[in-house]
Amino acid sequence: MAVRQNFLLHPISVRVRRRALDVAVTWYLGTLSFGVFLILVVTGILLMLYYHPSVPQAYTDMKDLEFVVSGGLFLRSLHRWSGHAMVLLVFAHMFKVFYRGAYRPPREFNWVIGVMLLIVTLLLSYTGYLLPWDQLAFWAITVGSSIMSSVPLVGDQMRFLMLGGNTVNANALLRFYVLHCVILPVAAALLIGIHFWRIRKDGGLYIGHEASDE
Amino acid sequence: MPSNTPASKTPDTAGQPSRREAFGKLGVGSIAVAGAGAVVFGYAYISPNVLYEPSLVANVGKPEMYARDSITQDLKCMVYVVHDSRGFYAIASTCTHLGCQTAWNLEQGIIACPCHGSKYNTRGVKIDGPAPRDLPWLRMWINEEGDLMVDRSKVVAPGHYLRV
Repeated sequence: MAVRQNFLLHPISVRVRRRALDVAVTWYLGTLSFGVFLILVVTGILLMLYYHPSVPQAYTDMKDLEFVVSGGLFLRSLHRWSGHAMVLLVFAHMFKVFYRGAYRPPREFNWVIGVMLLIVTLLLSYTGYLLPWDQLAFWAITVGSSIMSSVPLVGDQMRFLMLGGNTVNANALLRFYVLHCVILPVAAALLIGIHFWRIRKDGGLYIGHEASDE
Repeated sequence: MPSNTPASKTPDTAGQPSRREAFGKLGVGSIAVAGAGAVVFGYAYISPNVLYEPSLVANVGKPEMYARDSITQDLKCMVYVVHDSRGFYAIASTCTHLGCQTAWNLEQGIIACPCHGSKYNTRGVKIDGPAPRDLPWLRMWINEEGDLMVDRSKVVAPGHYLRV
């Protein structure tokens, strides 16, 4: 088929079951999550053009984005709201999958991938929260990293490595920036790829026990 | 294929590995060593050797700067320097709950944390709030120039006064 032999087109499903397209089945929560993820990537990349992850500069750059850059307020707000929406949507998606029983065999592995995606989403949220370098950001990450240091045995060292120091300072901002913009999005993209591939491999979206082929 | 005769795949009767197996083990072993080395190098790389933070050993000035029965918060060094009838001592100003900086409340005469409401007395003992531990007393000494020095990394037992 033409779709299968074209790199850009191959993610498109060749066949879907009619029932899978009904809103009532999944509420399109997975689709919406992925859509919001794409919005976050695009707005995030655009925001990177005006943001310097260095200690006094970061806050000034956020002010610039808000007041000086054309469309900056819109992009920044869209990114922030999309971040909140993403967390909400992935939780809702998780609950929907759970209550429909869409995690049952052969889809158990995909549930595990989904949990890993949830963790990556929360980590993206957490790392992004520090980047405006305002009071809210600074103290939230101070508190969060203190919680991490309560992990037995390795907690303090984990906190030291995560922050790149003993307190939230320039090293922490830079590390969180790299995590937020490179490492975690790559991890998310990889896991999303596996997540979608598993759906295809497991015979498409779960459409209900009576109607499915299993 | 002519080279893959059974004789070349099985070890000889003395139990020695074949040349193929030996090279295979060598290859896998090298990759394992390289992998272990990469982990060690990687861990050392992300562990910072230089910190751009206020030094853990701080000079808080001359003893004469601190009046009798006073408690002074040094924000830069994140300590309280206390001078009472028994001498000097220093307590950390970072709340033991989740790491916020506490502040000295003059009207109530207590150290209070703005984040979640923990309260400590002037000896660092927790009197209210979610903090799990008292504020630690820190090692304090006088250096050659006669300045008070505090080491934030060295905790001492409460009651260790520095007499000047």
